[in-house]
Amino acid sequence: MNTLDLLDAASVRSDIPSFRAGDTLKVHVRVVEGNRSRIQIFQGVVIARQGSGLRETFTVRKVSFGVGVERTFPLNSPVIDRIEVATRGDVRRAKLYYLRELRGKKAKIKELRERPAN
Amino acid sequence: MDRQVNGILGKKLGMTQVWDENNRVVPVTVVQAGPCVVTQVRTTEVDGYSAVQLAFGAIDPRKVTQPLRGHYAKSESAPRRHVVELRTPDAGEYTPGDEVTVGKFDGVKLIDVTGTTKGKGYAGVMKRHGFHGLRASHGVQRKHRSPGSIGGCATPGRVFKGMRMAGRMGGVRQTVQNLTIHAVDTENNLILIKGAIPGPKGGLVLVRTAVKTALGKGGAAK
Repeated sequence: MNTLDLLDAASVRSDIPSFRAGDTLKVHVRVVEGNRSRIQIFQGVVIARQGSGLRETFTVRKVSFGVGVERTFPLNSPVIDRIEVATRGDVRRAKLYYLRELRGKKAKIKELRERPAN
Repeated sequence: MDRQVNGILGKKLGMTQVWDENNRVVPVTVVQAGPCVVTQVRTTEVDGYSAVQLAFGAIDPRKVTQPLRGHYAKSESAPRRHVVELRTPDAGEYTPGDEVTVGKFDGVKLIDVTGTTKGKGYAGVMKRHGFHGLRASHGVQRKHRSPGSIGGCATPGRVFKGMRMAGRMGGVRQTVQNLTIHAVDTENNLILIKGAIPGPKGGLVLVRTAVKTALGKGGAAK
């Protein structure tokens, strides 16, 4: 156990679902405008998870109006209202940076087929 | 010297991050500060200056010499490992044997932190003084990290004193001024300081109220 684990435990969130690179997420983000806040959904493919513990981050990529948009969130950030896993992806690597060079059908990720129960 | 100083000795635990009220990430250094014990109070009448002596840290009682044991016995406190004196005009308000805890820093915003920097060993001029070294190409041979010229030839015929050269780096006392306190945890004796402080994890640090309080345009301190 590390020295600061106890302190970090206060900030670590326990309501994050398990997901990995290749999954499509709906990230519900709290957006503050003036003095009122609303929820905005950022939907895209997880292309990386980086770091560990309290300082872990993940990067979500989507193509919006033909322009690639990537957003990196701290996993334990209070800005995130909740995370929804839309689909599980079938990918072979942990970092999907190659998606940045691909367009259209080539940038599509196969959906993971559920394994039979036994 | 009419400025009141609050101070406390502590141990640097390391760095981590927390979120502030705007949900922004704040990098913080965690310091386990105190509890310190007041071992002596210096007064102008007796000592010629006014200060308070703080002691901190556990020590094996067998390692304490007889004279030091007597010194701690005067304040009726158990021997500690580290001792520091804090020049402050309000030293009279302390009495030997008092405990100083992080509660002293409740509400304090700006602090100075003093520690001993990590030793870097014998370091060259690029690392030690930020020299740019010599070029990577254009005929430079085996001299890429060297300082270059260190002075003239027959005039002055010597190297000026204080010329920056390679040598021991680090392991010296350093103070970082005007750091912000993010939070104080009185239960666990922790101070969360925004930003980095000198020294390795486990190193001794002295936390004091800031010398240079933020001066507004033409405004007075604080």
